[in-house]
Amino acid sequence: MHPAPSVIVFTVLSGLGLGFLAYLGLGFLRPSGVYAFLIYGLAYGFAVAGLLASTLHLGNPQRALRAFTQWRTSWLSREAWTSVATLLVMAPAALLAIFAGFPSATFGFPGALLALATVFCTSMIYAQLKTVPRWNHWTTPALFLLFALTGGAILSAQAGLAAALCVLLGLLLIFSYRLGDGRFAERGSTMETATGLGRIGKVRLYEPPHTGTNYLMREMIHLVARKHSARLRVISVLFAAVLPAVTLLILPLSVATVALALAFHLIGAFAARWLFFAEAEHVVGLYYGAR
Amino acid sequence: MPYRQPALDLSPPVSDEVRKTTCYMCACRCGINVHMKDGKLAYIEGNRDHPVNRGVLCAKGSSGIMQVTAPSRLRAPLKRVGPRGSGEFEEISWEEALQTATSWLKPLRETAPEKLAFFTGRDQSQSFTSWWAQSYGTPNYAAHGGFCSVNMAAGGIYTIGGAFWEFGQPDWDHTKLFLLFGVAEDHDSNPIKMGIGKIKTRGAKVIGINPIRSGYNAVADDWYGVTPGSDGLLILSLIHELLKAGKVDLDYLAQFTNAGCLVNATEGSEKGLLLRDSAGELLVIDRVTGEPAAYDKAGVRPDLGASWNGHRTVFQHMAEKYLSPYYAPEAVAERTGITAARIKGLAAEIARVAFEEAIELRQPWTDFRGERHEVMVGRPVSMHSMRGISAHSNGFQTARALHLLQVLIGSVETPGGFRFKPPYPKPATAHPVPHCKVTPGAPLDGPHLGYPQGPEHLALKEDGTPARIDKAFSWEAPLSAHGLMHMVISNAHAGVPYRIDTLLLYMANMAWNSTMNTRQVIEMLTDKGEGGEYVIPRIIYSDAYSSEMVAYADLILPDTTYLERHDCISLLDRPICEADAAADAIRWPVIEPDRNVRGFQSVMLDLGARLGLPGMVGEDGAAKYKDYADYIVRHERRPGVGPLAGFRGNGEDVGRGAPNPEQLQRYIDNGGFFATHVPEEGLYYKPWNRAYQDWAVTIGLYDKPLPYLFSVYSEPMRRFQLAAEGHGDRQPPDHLRDQIKSAMDPLPAWYPPFGDAGAGEYPIHALTQRPMAMYHSWGTQNAWLRQIHGRNPLYLPEAIWREHGFAEGDWAKVTSPHGSITVPVALMAGLNSKTIWTWNAIGKRKGAWALEPDAPEATKGFLLNHLIHELLPPKGDGLRWANSDPVTGQAAWFDLRVKIERVPPQEQTSPDFPVIKSPVPKAPKNRLWGGEK
Amino acid sequence: MTQLPATPSKKKLGLVIDLDICVGCHACVTSCKGWNTENYGAPLSDMDAYGADPSGTFLNRIHSFEVQPAEGPSQTIHFPKSCLHCEDAPCVTVCPTGASYKRAEDGIVLVNEDACIGCGLCAWACPYGARELDQAAGVMKKCTLCVDRIYNQNLPEEDRLPACVRTCPAGARHFGDLGDPDSDVSRLVAEREGMDLMPELGTKPVNKYLPPKPKDRPAAEPLSPIADLQATGLAGWLDRLLEKL
Ligand SMILES: Nc1nc2c(c(=O)[nH]1)N[C@H]1C(S)=C(S)[C@@H](COP(=O)(O)OP(=O)(O)OC[C@H]3O[C@@H](n4cnc5c(=O)[nH]c(N)nc54)[C@H](O)[C@@H]3O)O[C@H]1N2
Ligand SMILES: Nc1nc2c(c(=O)[nH]1)N[C@H]1C(S)=C(S)[C@@H](COP(=O)(O)OP(=O)(O)OC[C@H]3O[C@@H](n4cnc5c(=O)[nH]c(N)nc54)[C@H](O)[C@@H]3O)O[C@H]1N2
Ligand code: SF4
Ligand code: SF4
Ligand code: SF4
Ligand code: SF4
Ligand code: SF4
Ligand SMILES: [Mo]
Repeated sequence: MHPAPSVIVFTVLSGLGLGFLAYLGLGFLRPSGVYAFLIYGLAYGFAVAGLLASTLHLGNPQRALRAFTQWRTSWLSREAWTSVATLLVMAPAALLAIFAGFPSATFGFPGALLALATVFCTSMIYAQLKTVPRWNHWTTPALFLLFALTGGAILSAQAGLAAALCVLLGLLLIFSYRLGDGRFAERGSTMETATGLGRIGKVRLYEPPHTGTNYLMREMIHLVARKHSARLRVISVLFAAVLPAVTLLILPLSVATVALALAFHLIGAFAARWLFFAEAEHVVGLYYGAR
Repeated sequence: MPYRQPALDLSPPVSDEVRKTTCYMCACRCGINVHMKDGKLAYIEGNRDHPVNRGVLCAKGSSGIMQVTAPSRLRAPLKRVGPRGSGEFEEISWEEALQTATSWLKPLRETAPEKLAFFTGRDQSQSFTSWWAQSYGTPNYAAHGGFCSVNMAAGGIYTIGGAFWEFGQPDWDHTKLFLLFGVAEDHDSNPIKMGIGKIKTRGAKVIGINPIRSGYNAVADDWYGVTPGSDGLLILSLIHELLKAGKVDLDYLAQFTNAGCLVNATEGSEKGLLLRDSAGELLVIDRVTGEPAAYDKAGVRPDLGASWNGHRTVFQHMAEKYLSPYYAPEAVAERTGITAARIKGLAAEIARVAFEEAIELRQPWTDFRGERHEVMVGRPVSMHSMRGISAHSNGFQTARALHLLQVLIGSVETPGGFRFKPPYPKPATAHPVPHCKVTPGAPLDGPHLGYPQGPEHLALKEDGTPARIDKAFSWEAPLSAHGLMHMVISNAHAGVPYRIDTLLLYMANMAWNSTMNTRQVIEMLTDKGEGGEYVIPRIIYSDAYSSEMVAYADLILPDTTYLERHDCISLLDRPICEADAAADAIRWPVIEPDRNVRGFQSVMLDLGARLGLPGMVGEDGAAKYKDYADYIVRHERRPGVGPLAGFRGNGEDVGRGAPNPEQLQRYIDNGGFFATHVPEEGLYYKPWNRAYQDWAVTIGLYDKPLPYLFSVYSEPMRRFQLAAEGHGDRQPPDHLRDQIKSAMDPLPAWYPPFGDAGAGEYPIHALTQRPMAMYHSWGTQNAWLRQIHGRNPLYLPEAIWREHGFAEGDWAKVTSPHGSITVPVALMAGLNSKTIWTWNAIGKRKGAWALEPDAPEATKGFLLNHLIHELLPPKGDGLRWANSDPVTGQAAWFDLRVKIERVPPQEQTSPDFPVIKSPVPKAPKNRLWGGEK
Repeated sequence: MTQLPATPSKKKLGLVIDLDICVGCHACVTSCKGWNTENYGAPLSDMDAYGADPSGTFLNRIHSFEVQPAEGPSQTIHFPKSCLHCEDAPCVTVCPTGASYKRAEDGIVLVNEDACIGCGLCAWACPYGARELDQAAGVMKKCTLCVDRIYNQNLPEEDRLPACVRTCPAGARHFGDLGDPDSDVSRLVAEREGMDLMPELGTKPVNKYLPPKPKDRPAAEPLSPIADLQATGLAGWLDRLLEKL
């Protein structure tokens, strides 16, 4: 799949912001006053920036409100609801923290749940797609949630918890890379099933339907060189998991330490997310001989 | 939200008006319904009532809207202001353009009309343009057939009095086995697709004989991946098998072909000609009486096995020749690339279907001898072929061999076989012979093109040198029935056989894809003599679009597009007939041009009137015809016979009748065409069928019935051989004697294509194919079609791919004896192992066609033409032999031999030419339909 | 709307494509483009139409494959592909706006362009590459099964069929009701063992493909000579042959 910057930014930042909000809602951090303003501002900033980025790839963003209508079936619609709900439900919690200086479990707990639900919905947009076997697996929501939780834990300066989550995240990343490589074959879609011509023999593309590109090819067919991907995989695990954990465990806890750990984590998260898209193969590629 | 769906208008208005006319994106000439919305062209679909396409339309036809709105359309007459080839032009008025042309052509006509060479491309108005040229008085006129498929046309007409090329079709309704030789698309684009679909649906079998398995060959039930240039051998081997097993239609051969005629065995100037009686009729031995008799006498049964005074029948000569072990499947397997077992199997299959699955139509008919037949016997094996056979230097003879195969099994003009379309059948003897007598200030002595019956009909001057600039009908190409357009520029440049002054070209992209040796042709067009004047002094060109050729003309006469003008697709020319019906059609301006352009034929009538050409001016010297539309209605070729056959006289007359001023409106009301049906009794056996012959006379196809025998054995060819053997007073130059002796075999023969001479160093055959969704160079300006074919890879078979270690994305350097190109490659498995190929005419010159200079057509696309020369490589005899068929002069595009070498991926194909300046404004970036950007 | 109709329609309109006779001419591609540029919804745009990277919206495209059987030469198969109007259409259920829907009365899958935000998710959900987002209009385009032709009272009855079917020169495209087992298309599918594309994805396509018939069958038995030429010579052969007359 095309690793569109808008979608990468959207999923990474909104996940981080929502994860952080979840910790705030659960009371891991109990900021107040100006400090709370900054903290909540940061969390909201990430979440909203991410969500806004997601509208960048829309063909007709002015109709975005319509995306709220189909919650019965559409994970994208559900995500729209949960994200707005999260932002709305967490708002009183934030306001109370800023102006009254006390955390509100009444709003915080449901807010935290909604934040994680949002991350889950986002992940399900991808995980539901049978057409992209690499995504179509429990590891997708697990990864998205774990990223949100890890990022949130780092931002919440929960050194121990964050380090533990980092270990989990690292393991899950490695597992998902391994597993992902076999997912396409496991799904069983081949040029033979795509064309129904397998009953005759082995199928190959002789001439594509057009000599230039088209929307499908730009959007869904993206080939990553194996060497490139191996390098990025190492980077993603190193930066998203290993380095933040080490940083948090070795350095004395401070804003600077958190910032450094976060910076590492984000680099890793972007690399992992880029790979999440770039390595995911859509079955439509079979019609273009891209496999 | 529960399930809910929006209300839809299921019956939106489709259009305000439908205007019915004829498509022009290829020579198939399908009927189209042009839907108009708000006075603008909205949508084009096929006309269901039309005899050619019955409602269907191909990819090109369906994208006509992109052709008619292409930014490459020329906008006004142009006068060259920079050097030739620079593309520097100035827009001028029509008055100035016509005055300029008149001032060039008038003095020429008064002194030396042959100094005008007028050549037209895939001209659909040849009966008009040839009439114009004849009236002007130049012998130098032809259309594009010489570089296209004259082998097919001439091979057919000399053998069976009709050809695959446009003038015949398989009997799609009855055939059970269809063999397709060397066709990718052909002119009959839609009918062939409809036919193949129809017969396959019915369960009939389709066999593709083609080095490349794509398109029609992809749907073929069996594929024979023949090695290029060897079909003649394959076919003669099939004939060998059929003869050996006696699986030939003896009755048919005896009655309807010259197989029963006697070949003169007496040494001397008549040797090898057919015996005739005192009235000049062909003689046969009647099986009933055992006596010689005229072939067409009532009751005569020609004896195929007869010998008379030492003269044997054609049949015996033929059997002797083809039963030779030289043609045994085992002997030809290696050269053809088809195993002996498969050749034998194919022969058996042909025989089985022809004789064991024969059909009978309960339709009585009467033959030319007056004999009545109660049924029509059909041999339901049909064949079709085009350039895969004709574009080789042995193509004429191969085409003849293929017709011989059809004739042997009795499948020409019989149910389930091959059927002629009116105005065919028409034997070579019923065609004109070439004319070339020039008289300054007067018309030529007759039509330019025709079918020579012997050396006496060659177009030679008193001194024996060629009378025509293209050397058509000379000893180099005696039966060049369509002229040799591909030789015009190089001959004119060389001044051989003489110098010309003005070259007038119409719709042929001679500076690019329709030319061999493109770079040198460009140089010839721009070359200057000692005094700084151009070697070809003046070039006038008519195109509708900003093609590569435009830059090389001095004066441009911009044409309209096909929806903006009158045209007529005439029975005098290349009509739209089907085997069941004679039909012709028109185009009419369904939209008005939004530019200062004029229909070419109207411009030529105006020019003709200014030049005072006979037929184009009245008694008073004023223009006789207002425009082409007026000509179409009022012109008469013979009394009562004009360009259009329908609605003549009071509107009821067919074929013959006085001009009818309402005629065009009647055509428009009838959907743009006219069709009249062959009577049931005349549907098959047409060359010998009285009902057909009489009908053909009534509608003006002939002036009297013209029954004839198929020429298994060709006398005209033998006459040329006799000349080469030293008989007669018209003698070939010595260096051509051997070539004529061997190439003009009166019985179909095979010899290796001339390109094979270089086979040692250049082991690979290189071909092009027509893409179904592109038409030569014009398809590219169509924004829809160029997305489908925006670049062309060179396809390589697995053997070559592996041998050179090619990988996806690689490029190759391809070298012929004449030059090199560097191009991208791709793998194709369904391909003869010694053959590589690419799509034809996708490569474009930078700056042409209103495309951006970095368009993929110009950076990744390419032409094979750079590798093909109009002359063969020097043989060391001091002569340069033409890269053409020695009989017809047909350009041997597919004789090309190359070698290949792998190179890493490149950014640009080579050769790469400098950008030419565009005579039209820059194209819009996007096509958005309402608000282009 | 984004839900599939509660009860699947009995009528299942769709196409049946005969891979045995599709010659790969692309006629259906451009006639579809022409019709749909003038009709249903936004016109199909072409970006960089005359430039280096032309890219437009098409609702139907022809792929060409080669298939290598265990024995015999490689076969070439031209393969048209447009929306298959799946019964379990994943493109419908993923749509967040309800723009993508399956018609209750005939099963045609459509995009209501007025509601489409152009998120592209439905195209991701479609296994077959049947949806293309128009770059100019920003809305999702797909085969409409020519819903504006097949019921259109302004068209003569015989023309109430999809543009691509009407134009196909080879007659490789059939249109009809695949929900009715007695329809011509259903019969064809039964006779020719019509198949689904990527059945493993559970989309249950309505459109069916008729597989190519067996090709390149073994050569027929050779003909037997009527005479031994070596022994009898031409004369003997001629005698044997002419006896038949
Ligand atoms: N769409 C479209 N239609 C067209 C045209 C176009 O440009 N586009 N052009 C029109 C014109 S001008 C013409 S002349 C016709 C030509 O129509 P075709 O006769 O179909 O010509 P080509 O496309 O040149 O195809 C030649 C075929 O012959 C095969 N071939 C080459 N050498 C041999 C051989 O030695 N033996 C055999 N058996 N096969 C061989 C090639 O593989 C190829 O399939 O098409 C007309 N129709
Ligand atoms: N390598 C290779 N070369 C080949 C062939 C091959 O098989 N292989 N095939 C050969 C054959 S068979 C042919 S027929 C030729 C074809 O070659 P050409 O006859 O040169 O064909 P086009 O490229 O279509 O060029 C015709 C010109 O007519 C112009 N034109 C289009 N419509 C109109 C109109 O309405 N009015 C006027 N006045 N002009 C118009 C176009 O813009 C174009 O410039 O190519 C030959 N060249
Ligand atoms: S075959 Fe196609 S391009 Fe040729 S006339 Fe017919 S519709 Fe037009
Ligand atoms: S083919 Fe694709 S777009 Fe069409 S219904 Fe099926 S999933 Fe949806
Ligand atoms: S692109 Fe349009 S139709 Fe497709 S899922 Fe998004 S909103 Fe729905
Ligand atoms: S049914 Fe209509 S919209 Fe669908 S592919 Fe055919 S022409 Fe295009
Ligand atoms: S129009 Fe028919 S034959 Fe041509 S590509 Fe389409 S389905 Fe195949
Ligand atoms: Mo041609």
